[in-house]
Amino acid sequence: MSEILNMQNIVKSYYSGTEELVVLNNVNLKINQGEFVSILGPSGSGKSTLMNIIGCLDVPTSGKYILANNDVEDLDEKELARIRNREIGFVFQSFQLLLRLNALENVKLPMIYAGVSPEERQQRAVAILERVGLAEKMNNYPTQLSGGQQQRVAIARSVVTEPTILLADEPTGALDQKTGQQIMQLFKELNAEGRTIIMITHDTNIARHSKRILNILDGRLSEGAVN
Amino acid sequence: MLKESMKMAWSNISHNLMRSFLTVLGVLIGVASIIALITIVQGATGSITSQISSLGADKITVQAMGTRLKQGLSEKDIVQLSQVNNVSGISPTVSAKTSLVYNSKVKTGVSVQGKNNVYFLREKDILARGRGFNSLDVINKNQIAVIGSALAKELFLGIDPIGQHLLINGHTVTIVGVLKATSGSIMGSTNNTIMLPYTSAMKTLGVRNITNVDVYMSDATKSESITNDLTTILNSAFNYRENTFSVLNMQNMIDVIGNITGMLTLLLAGIASISLLVGGIGIMNMMLVSVTERTTEIGLRKALGAEPAQIQLQFLIESILISLFGGVLGLIIGILIALAAAVIMDFSFTISAWTILLAVGFSAAVGIIFGFAPARKASRLNPIDALRHV
Repeated sequence: MSEILNMQNIVKSYYSGTEELVVLNNVNLKINQGEFVSILGPSGSGKSTLMNIIGCLDVPTSGKYILANNDVEDLDEKELARIRNREIGFVFQSFQLLLRLNALENVKLPMIYAGVSPEERQQRAVAILERVGLAEKMNNYPTQLSGGQQQRVAIARSVVTEPTILLADEPTGALDQKTGQQIMQLFKELNAEGRTIIMITHDTNIARHSKRILNILDGRLSEGAVN
Repeated sequence: MLKESMKMAWSNISHNLMRSFLTVLGVLIGVASIIALITIVQGATGSITSQISSLGADKITVQAMGTRLKQGLSEKDIVQLSQVNNVSGISPTVSAKTSLVYNSKVKTGVSVQGKNNVYFLREKDILARGRGFNSLDVINKNQIAVIGSALAKELFLGIDPIGQHLLINGHTVTIVGVLKATSGSIMGSTNNTIMLPYTSAMKTLGVRNITNVDVYMSDATKSESITNDLTTILNSAFNYRENTFSVLNMQNMIDVIGNITGMLTLLLAGIASISLLVGGIGIMNMMLVSVTERTTEIGLRKALGAEPAQIQLQFLIESILISLFGGVLGLIIGILIALAAAVIMDFSFTISAWTILLAVGFSAAVGIIFGFAPARKASRLNPIDALRHV
């Protein structure tokens, strides 16, 4: 199993006035290809900041972060955008679909920035929407879809570019119990197909669906239960 | 990528139709007023210039008011003027008002003009019928006349005027030609005039001085030096007294009018540009609102891998599209306004490619200039903050 993510002594701190606020304290993390990892922690634990750094939306104050052989430390905005496009597939709590685009167009969006040809975009978007069970709903707009269906579109969008990591932030947070379970089932299937998944959550029941759980508290990360 | 940005920009414009329309309106009014004003001024200039040209751009007009002792030019002066370099001919005019008698009908206050053969040679297409004067008519002081169209109609209704005899100041003259009817120009019309060879006019009317001479140039580019030579002769003829004569160069007049209307065009376009500026501010305002409204969308696009430059391009295209719409619609409406003005004010309508380019270029520039700041703002949004923005 190859290592795809390696964090060494990651520190993220902010200054509020003269006071230094340490949000991530010496985080060390290694994730291998094909893992399904949950990062479990209450709000204010630093899990969102960790997710932003993993997703290359933010850079650490100090420490070393290597993602799929890219040293993320000293990349500029343009290079970070390319890394996000190539290596990360985001799934958000609030789905973050563009309401003016239909399901198919939403799924095509990251491929536009990846420079995929229009024909291939169409082909791949259709295939992935069929995979997540939305073959009949491709031309529906987000407002015409249920919460679970919207999250399926978002998941399709996150994996259509074949990223190294599917990074999910409270993916069931806006869904009811039953729909949440279905989404977790989809995650398990995608993981079984070889996709690496990192999921941020505060919900122990949701975290239990993953193979490996990491606890985060007050900016410190520790290894938890392994299922 | 460009095509995708266009599609996205169009989708946003059409989604906020009312807002986009009002913003387009701002640019439209600016461009329409610039186009209309420039076209109207150019059209009016064209018609003034062509009127002056019709009086003869290759002609210098000398007017001699003279002094109390010498109330105009003598025939000797005329000969001197005709010998100036690059002058192909000169046509003196003697004018007076007199009464004439035909068939015991008396008409008073008729304008008589003495002309020569050069006048009929150079002023083309002025005769409706008959002939003008030749050099022998002038030398022999022949008692012949060419009459204006209105005068001919009044005196000889139903009769052929050619060959008829008139009495002018007790002299009998024979009519040899009839002038075409002319529409009034700024120099007046000849419809009620009777023309005699100027030599016979001087004799018949007892006029001794010539007060008006048209000098025809063989080379209009030499008008400057010809004017100088004429002035030298006239100065010596009138003993260097001031305000005794004027030398009027038509080309100079056209140049002066061109300068004045050129400045007028700039001034009006400048004033109209202010409305375009206001339109540009409207675009900027709308784009800033649009960026704020779509903060989450920008954050998402960035998370999905949009580079700052791609975000900037998308918003820039949107503002350029808006202002180009305004530019094209403004061009059409500006042309329609100018066309209506051309019909009402009776000048010929022309639109230059230069004007169209100006309109399109101006509006695109407005879109870029006023869209740049909002687009830059969008491209610089932090994706984390933008995604959190709800």
